[in-house]
Amino acid sequence: MTPTSAAPTAEDARVAAFEARIAAGESIEPKDWMPERYRKQLIRMMSQHAHSEVVGMLPEGNWITRAPSLRRKMSLIAKVQDEGGHGLYIYCGAETLGVDRHDLVEQLLNGTAKYSSIFNYPTLSWADMGVIGWLVDGAAIVNQTILAKTSYGPYARAMIRICKEENFHKRQGYEIVTTLARGTPAQRAMVQDAVNRFWWPSLMMFGPSDTDSPNSGELLRWKVKRKTNDELRQRFVNLTIPQVQAVELTVPDPDLHYDATSGNWEFGAIDWTEFNQVIRGNGPCNKERLDARRAAHEDGQWVREAATAYAEKHASRATEAA
Amino acid sequence: MSPSTPGAPASPAGPRTSPPANALFEYVLRLGDDRLVLGHRMAEWCGHGPILEEDIALSNIALDLTGQAAALLALAGEIEGAGRSEDALAYFRDETAFRNALITELPTGDFGFTIVRQFFFDAYSLLLWDVIAKGGHAKLAALAAKSLKEDTYHLRHSSEWVRKLGDGTPESHARAQAAVDALWRFTGELFERDAIDDAAAAAGVAVDHAALAAQWRELVEGVLREATLVVPAAPGAMVTGGRRGRHTEHLGHLLAEMQIVARSHPGASW
Repeated sequence: MTPTSAAPTAEDARVAAFEARIAAGESIEPKDWMPERYRKQLIRMMSQHAHSEVVGMLPEGNWITRAPSLRRKMSLIAKVQDEGGHGLYIYCGAETLGVDRHDLVEQLLNGTAKYSSIFNYPTLSWADMGVIGWLVDGAAIVNQTILAKTSYGPYARAMIRICKEENFHKRQGYEIVTTLARGTPAQRAMVQDAVNRFWWPSLMMFGPSDTDSPNSGELLRWKVKRKTNDELRQRFVNLTIPQVQAVELTVPDPDLHYDATSGNWEFGAIDWTEFNQVIRGNGPCNKERLDARRAAHEDGQWVREAATAYAEKHASRATEAA
Repeated sequence: MSPSTPGAPASPAGPRTSPPANALFEYVLRLGDDRLVLGHRMAEWCGHGPILEEDIALSNIALDLTGQAAALLALAGEIEGAGRSEDALAYFRDETAFRNALITELPTGDFGFTIVRQFFFDAYSLLLWDVIAKGGHAKLAALAAKSLKEDTYHLRHSSEWVRKLGDGTPESHARAQAAVDALWRFTGELFERDAIDDAAAAAGVAVDHAALAAQWRELVEGVLREATLVVPAAPGAMVTGGRRGRHTEHLGHLLAEMQIVARSHPGASW
């Protein structure tokens, strides 16, 4: 914590030195001095990210018991397990900033912390397992590849490791999509429907437009963020459209067109009303997702208490024996 | 068929049980179905565990069991020689054709039930793999050796939790004991011996069921004792039937869910 007795000039000098380090491309480590705003922004981003991994286990977990082949079942279990691992890893990373994971989880459960709004959409067919891997993990990779260069060392290192697994998930997802797109007419219809449902929410994953992103300016200066939301969104669309074409599917955007001057796939207007509704808790599954997390937490209370009681008993027995 | 008097109506008398055509196929199917069904139950925890670390651990166990099942069912299909893949066996058999022990198909229950069931099964599975790994069926022995490593970890995990729950709080103790009491009557089936086992023994998979049961009992009772839990004093009769396709009412529901997508699109690739 910053000593409150420090004179404003000393504080200013420390901020200046901190910003000079960032400008020089140095990474900030847990024991380094950092402005409180920087610490808070990182805790916010990292906890949201960890919560997203954990809540993100639910929509895909919904299809594990119905996976149509043993190979697909195994890779889906492994993917959801990876997400739990990412959550754990990022919670640990956030703890290097002086917060307790249990407090962060409490914020998720009491609804004060956010998580990625994409997970508030229901998974309605097996094709969603392919499309989520392809589009949702694909969008996450675009974000996280940049985050791997973020100025906070522990977060950057976590992102490098996580991106490797996410790339694997994306390939796996696109392989499911390809199989369905080349499958029976029913499978093809199933995957097109999944793309129709997840396309716009995937674009919304990059957050509000730059003109309307409250945290962006400072985060960019401190190299917490390295690209704007709109830049990343465009990058994702440009990467994804050729993949859509390769499997002869469509995206639900009549305004989509290629702009030869910019080299961009220009897309239609995003429905920010929907985005804001989901962010505010009014998405199709916000309540279900939080209810499921709360139920797991409450049902697990006696288990956690048992583990604590057992550890205490055995610690005291070990002391007595010594 | 019993001889009938000329002119009398044909008797619908049939054999008490139909002898299986291919005993080794049936034997490997039992091994595969146990793990397929138990892995499915374990996977139901995914995203709903009591703590994130357990979510990851339970998913990992589900993954191992499903992987073992896939390899075993593939081997069963190969032994059968009728062109059925592991997926054909998993997704296109009805419940009466499943050969898993009943204990694997019971609903997940609370975390205590899941852990005690897993502990009972892990102890059995580890002891069994140890025998099969040394047995005379090369492919099965190789699968057993690989599974043995996974199950060593599974047993460590489940037995640690049995100790924590049994010797934790009064509530966890009561829940764990209730699980032991409820599950005990399903454990006898794991050690039953029948004509399939005899035939498997002739094919090089010789398991001494009585010895296995004694070792299991010693292992299980040791951990239960440390956990301050007890074997039910009056356990009642053992429940069996899974190995012959006579299941509890739970399996049909499990399969309905597991098989719905595959069966809705016959002939499709995934």
